[in-house]
Amino acid sequence: MNILYLMIPLSLLLGFGFIAGFIWSVRSGQLDDTETPAYRILDEGEEQP
Amino acid sequence: MKAVNSLVEDIYYDDDIVKKFILATLVFAGVALAAGVMVALQLAFWPMNLNSEWLSFGRLRPLHTNAAIFAFAGNAIFAGIYHSSQRLLKARLFSDFLSRVHFWGWQAIIVAAAITLPLGYSHGKEYAELEWPIDIAITLIWVVFAVNFFGTLAKRREKHMYVALWFYIATIITVALLHVINSAEIPVSAFKSYPVYAGIQDAMVQWWYGHNAVAFFLTTPFLGLMYYYLPKAANRPVYSYRLSIIHFWALVFIYIWAGPHHLLYTSLPEWAQTLGMVFSIMLWAPSWGGMINGLLTLRGAWHLLRTDPIIKFFATAVTFYGMATFEGPLLSIKSVSSVGHYTDWIVGHVHGGTLGWNGFMIFGMLYYLVPRLWKTELYSVKLATAHFWTGFLGTIAYYLSMVVAGITQGLMWQAMTPDGRLMYPDFIETVTRILPLYWVRAFGGILYLAGFLLMVYNLYRTIKGAPVSVPEKVRVVNTRDVTAVETGHRGLEGAVTVFSVLTFLAVLVGSVIEIYPTLALHKYLPPSAQVEPYTPLELAGRDLYIREGCYLCHSQQIRPLASEVLRYGSPSTAEESMYDHPFQWGSKRTGPDLARVGKKYPDLWHYRHMLNPRVVTPQSIMPNYIWLATNDTDFLVLRKKFSVLKNMGTPYSDDQVANADIHAEKQAKEIAKSLEAQGGPSGLERKEIVAMIAYLQALGQKAKETPK
Repeated sequence: MNILYLMIPLSLLLGFGFIAGFIWSVRSGQLDDTETPAYRILDEGEEQP
Repeated sequence: MKAVNSLVEDIYYDDDIVKKFILATLVFAGVALAAGVMVALQLAFWPMNLNSEWLSFGRLRPLHTNAAIFAFAGNAIFAGIYHSSQRLLKARLFSDFLSRVHFWGWQAIIVAAAITLPLGYSHGKEYAELEWPIDIAITLIWVVFAVNFFGTLAKRREKHMYVALWFYIATIITVALLHVINSAEIPVSAFKSYPVYAGIQDAMVQWWYGHNAVAFFLTTPFLGLMYYYLPKAANRPVYSYRLSIIHFWALVFIYIWAGPHHLLYTSLPEWAQTLGMVFSIMLWAPSWGGMINGLLTLRGAWHLLRTDPIIKFFATAVTFYGMATFEGPLLSIKSVSSVGHYTDWIVGHVHGGTLGWNGFMIFGMLYYLVPRLWKTELYSVKLATAHFWTGFLGTIAYYLSMVVAGITQGLMWQAMTPDGRLMYPDFIETVTRILPLYWVRAFGGILYLAGFLLMVYNLYRTIKGAPVSVPEKVRVVNTRDVTAVETGHRGLEGAVTVFSVLTFLAVLVGSVIEIYPTLALHKYLPPSAQVEPYTPLELAGRDLYIREGCYLCHSQQIRPLASEVLRYGSPSTAEESMYDHPFQWGSKRTGPDLARVGKKYPDLWHYRHMLNPRVVTPQSIMPNYIWLATNDTDFLVLRKKFSVLKNMGTPYSDDQVANADIHAEKQAKEIAKSLEAQGGPSGLERKEIVAMIAYLQALGQKAKETPK
């Protein structure tokens, strides 16, 4: 089971990477607005068919 | 005034690359589905194996799975990501050149896979069968994709990153990690290599990869596509943007730990199995959160289900996502797994996800994209609706037949008489019982393929009737820090991102090489518990076992359940596979387990069985492996193979390495002689069949101390 010496650090690395991403997203204001992004994608510079 | 002007820009999106990936999706979906129908027919009616070396089940099945995952779903993912990201980021893709390298590189990889898999070049690890040169190409092209995507992210004109983009980011990073770690291997020749991991460790890495390939290749990118295309198609905002954020973070944190649920009741330590099971059950919450979020996006728009085939496909896809992610954690519960594992229930579960969720998401996306990209109307809504119903019935027929087949067979394997004996001691009884259901499954697959062909015709007519395409200008407003744009900060950020991706991959490769020497299992086991490594001829046979894809129908892992011990012998131990590069525990028992088949039958039985299984088991559905009796064994390469394995820690002496071919030829002569003595043909000592027999007779016979 010594493979765990590889798997656990790697999984943790990935997990911490995601945590870092989460902290970044909070700090940079990505999550400040949880209402309008849903609407914004519907009409933006989109060509009509 | 200047600043105001620079906020509004007219740009062109690169839609040509999206069109390319869409056309590739259509081509390779055809290949994947046709190969699927073929292998389904082979299981229902064995003569469909055509007595052909290149078209037998064991070689076509990896072709089917790889084509479905990496060619069909892969090209569709790239099309969707490249189309939606440009719009979400208000930026043209980072580099037209990299986009084309990505496209043509990926198609070249697919073609290489389609050629090498039927030829038998395989790792013997599910969904990672491709040999080392192709593995390297995949890594390179994936890096190109990553650079192109993160470069686009860096030069975006929209400060906020919509939730779909987060799913794409997680996909790109995690797939890179999974692929690089699981494909760590040492080449023997141009198209043969051995994984650096062995036995239980290889099993851990493989299912960490296998499970997360489902998670990060077939789930997260598709959720990203769902969060973009479903609201667009319904012209409604996603039900809850807040829930989508929770959905994303919860999913990516939990998924990576659930892999061991593929190894329940194996020789993996029990605590690791339980951990995998607990995390799998936790996945219920985020998965259903996402499913509910997708379906409720259609609130107030349910009437579209009646008229709009795109909404039909999307709503059904999300429903199948909900079903598959309910069933997955259920199957991860150990007591459920004891019945479901190794049976067709798992095959049904996977296809509920791939046909129902991935396939229908892709079809919906294509019906949405093709008319928009080619600036025209869909040729026929009626045909699209017909496609929906054909595909839906096909999926239902597939799923139901396999679940019923799986549970039937799983219960038959476990059934005991009141006096404690197996109720169905002959394995073949449990196969013939479910054969009618194999026909139903093949019929379901044919329906699904037929529906797909309706779509191909529909889209062909749509594109044919389209006007000549002219790239259209799009007016976008920059919402990011304008000064940063002007001072070239964006360019720097782009370089940093590219650098981070490359560094990340380099660190990974380095870690594997650095860490590997500490991993060799035998250092940590008491000598008395150890096993003998394979002889050179057995190793040659083992490589044939891998080449023919035997592991796709036969397991080599006896679970500690009363019925299995009665049927196959004592439970498999961790030591028994400690020198197995790669492990061959398998995940499906279309035929019986082989972990202890060695010495169970005489050599001649194996000879006759391999050439025509029906001579010894009249109702067998196994293909004939006639070419094993005519192809010659490559003895000389065994020296190189032994030397590679010795370097990875298998205790071979220098003499065993240097004279591997001589030792193999000697053992081959003995087996050929025994075959002749038992009444078989003479002159087989150089043929592959002899090596195969040597390996099969060694299975379960290698422990220095026979397990009790």
